[in-house]
Amino acid sequence: MLQIRNLKAGIDGQAILKGINLEIKPGEVHAIMGPNGSGKSTLSQVLADNENYTVDGGSITYQGRDLLELNAEQRALEGIFMAFQYPVEIPGFNNETFLRTALNAQRKHRGEVEYDAFDFAQVAKEKMKLLELDPGLMKRSLNVGFSGGEKKRNECFQMAMLEPSLAILDETDSGLDIDALRIVSQGINALRREDRAVLLITHYQRLLEYIVPDHVHVLADGQIVRSGGKELASELEKTGYGWLDDKAATAGGR
Amino acid sequence: MRNEDEKTFEGLADGDYKYGFVTDIESDSLPPGLSEEVVREISRRKEEPDWLTEWRVKAYHHWTTLEEPTWAKVEFPPIDYQALSYYSAPKQKIAAPKNLDEVDPELLETYEKLGIPLREQEVLAGVVAVDAVFDSVSVATTFKGKLEEMGIIFGSFSDAVKEYPELVKKYLGSVVPYKDNYYATLNSAVFSDGSFCYVPPGVRCPMELSTYFRINAANTGQFERTLLIADEGAYVSYLEGCTAPQRDENQLHAAVVELIAHKDAQIKYSTVQNWYPGDKDGKGGIYNFVTKRGHCRGDNAKISWTQVETGSAITWKYPSCILKGDNSVGEFYSVAVTNNMQQADTGTKMIHIGKNTSSTIISKGISAGKAQNSYRGMVKVVETAENARNFSQCDSMLIGDRCGAHTFPYIDVNNPTAQVEHEATTTKIGEDQIFYCNQRGISTEDAIGMIVNGFCREVFQELPMEFAVEAQKLLSVSLEGSVG
Ligand SMILES: Nc1ncnc2c1ncn2[C@@H]1O[C@H](COP(=O)(O)OP(=O)(O)OP(=O)(O)O)[C@@H](O)[C@H]1O
Ligand SMILES: [Mg+2]
Repeated sequence: MLQIRNLKAGIDGQAILKGINLEIKPGEVHAIMGPNGSGKSTLSQVLADNENYTVDGGSITYQGRDLLELNAEQRALEGIFMAFQYPVEIPGFNNETFLRTALNAQRKHRGEVEYDAFDFAQVAKEKMKLLELDPGLMKRSLNVGFSGGEKKRNECFQMAMLEPSLAILDETDSGLDIDALRIVSQGINALRREDRAVLLITHYQRLLEYIVPDHVHVLADGQIVRSGGKELASELEKTGYGWLDDKAATAGGR
Repeated sequence: MRNEDEKTFEGLADGDYKYGFVTDIESDSLPPGLSEEVVREISRRKEEPDWLTEWRVKAYHHWTTLEEPTWAKVEFPPIDYQALSYYSAPKQKIAAPKNLDEVDPELLETYEKLGIPLREQEVLAGVVAVDAVFDSVSVATTFKGKLEEMGIIFGSFSDAVKEYPELVKKYLGSVVPYKDNYYATLNSAVFSDGSFCYVPPGVRCPMELSTYFRINAANTGQFERTLLIADEGAYVSYLEGCTAPQRDENQLHAAVVELIAHKDAQIKYSTVQNWYPGDKDGKGGIYNFVTKRGHCRGDNAKISWTQVETGSAITWKYPSCILKGDNSVGEFYSVAVTNNMQQADTGTKMIHIGKNTSSTIISKGISAGKAQNSYRGMVKVVETAENARNFSQCDSMLIGDRCGAHTFPYIDVNNPTAQVEHEATTTKIGEDQIFYCNQRGISTEDAIGMIVNGFCREVFQELPMEFAVEAQKLLSVSLEGSVG
């Protein structure tokens, strides 16, 4: 589904991603962990084509196509969804209208009939129940004045409605209360299918108890320094990232 | 892909102004220059009565003593008033058309191209009566007969001067005196035509009345005058629309609108202004320096101004209400959009004189490109205005980070029972928001359109239905390609 080869990217001439290699197959869930500032959000933003970042080398192939040829909108239409670590507020853009517009843009792209307000409400109602989302949020401006957790749930609700082929979740678990974490995890699990993949960025092993990953990777200083199975997450929970310094020191040849 | 996106992000492409064509029609113009003789000549050509000629001449002499105002937050090179021509009328085959069959087909075609059919059977199923003004001369008025049956006078200003001189004499300059300000004084001296409307006591005008202004001739100043009177208990809803060809030179448009609402009368005046804004480098475009004022003369009178301003290189405009009658109400709903190099300094004045008068101001300014958008508003409560109420809400939206929004509220309260509230917000639409929309599959164009329409909803809902739709489209076109 997704092959990333030797990806280098940065911002304002400063290198952040320094050669990422990652392969995600359909049906898989990958988790990326790693210290603050290591480049996890940068990776997700680059996958979504945030133009603030420049791609300085390497390649990304998505469903057999060169992803770097597509702009943000086209990537979304092709089924890539990113839940933002910091969802953006848009005053005056009604949350429900926003989502309906997005869903219809995607349906139109796939040659499906667009939903009218009534159809949309029917579909939304179900998913809202699944995620125990307060319907009142739909009447408000997009993310404006939403609490941290409400923003994250709203991201998940959008994902549930848009049913992406590749979902990238950037710390969607941060800021969720204990119940919400369980509910949101159910939402993500409900999306899992053999033709879909999920890339989870998280700091906490706790999420991975609900959503069991096939692979766990550690990103440090712009590179994937370790990969393993789900047990790697529990190991990290115990050891932290201190070992990275020793490794860097060794790599430095001292 | 980066380059492509930047293209759509930055600057409006030329040629997006779809009303930019020129009609090839012979016109009857005066040579450039302004003098007492020119003013008298205009009046002579229009066969006006002496009192009106003298009124014009008085205005002209007063104008020569005035200086152009400089307090607005707009910049433009000095205007050479002697280089302009002050009279241009389309030379029609037959001097004064009695019905549409006598109107020059080129003119009818122009209005059809603009989407304004003048043949009555085509006019929005009879809900709108139209007065079409071409280069400051009224060329056709629809539904005149039907309105006359109800005693409603609606037609060109020139016809009204001939047919209802007492009415014109009684009201002309009674709201905007000829000495009012530089541009209004100039207009008083040289105005060529415009619309006139009178609704008699107790009559509710059954259809929207509308004037479509079209500037065609080059190097001519445009000076229309609109006078609208709602007598006791009358109601009228009025809409004006404006377009102009795309030309490299700036053109001056200095109009005056006077509204008079008597006791229990109500006037709703809506404007969709889409004069040519100039190209993306600021070349060409209309200087729209307009004086609009309404007078709530009797008790319980109400005047509402709704404006959607998307065009013009420079807009200088403050539709105002003088609330003289007790319990009278003034409203101002405004959307002003500026993109590229456009400048707008617009707002309102609410002057509370009568008891229990109230006013509402809702202003939405949208700025994109390198444009500057200013709200300038005054709320004045004089000593006599017991229990006056005002609520003002001024919201600015900035699209991209090279444009500016400014708010200049002036509040002058001289009666302790008054309640005046002012709220202001500024919203930025930046690349982050656009990226978020794109990431969900929404195009930049759609995203901006929807965000902006949401922002303007309170104003759009004040417009008559058909025009609200038109205004929304206009907004999307004006902001096409603006920064995300
Ligand atoms: N817009 C930006 N301007 C300047 N530096 C940036 C920008 N975005 C990211 N960086 C820098 O790039 C590095 C990687 O940031 P990134 O957000 O990808 O980290 P992260 O792994 O997601 O961290 P966290 O776990 O805290 O979310 C950091 O040093 C950060 O300061
Ligand atoms: Mg991050």
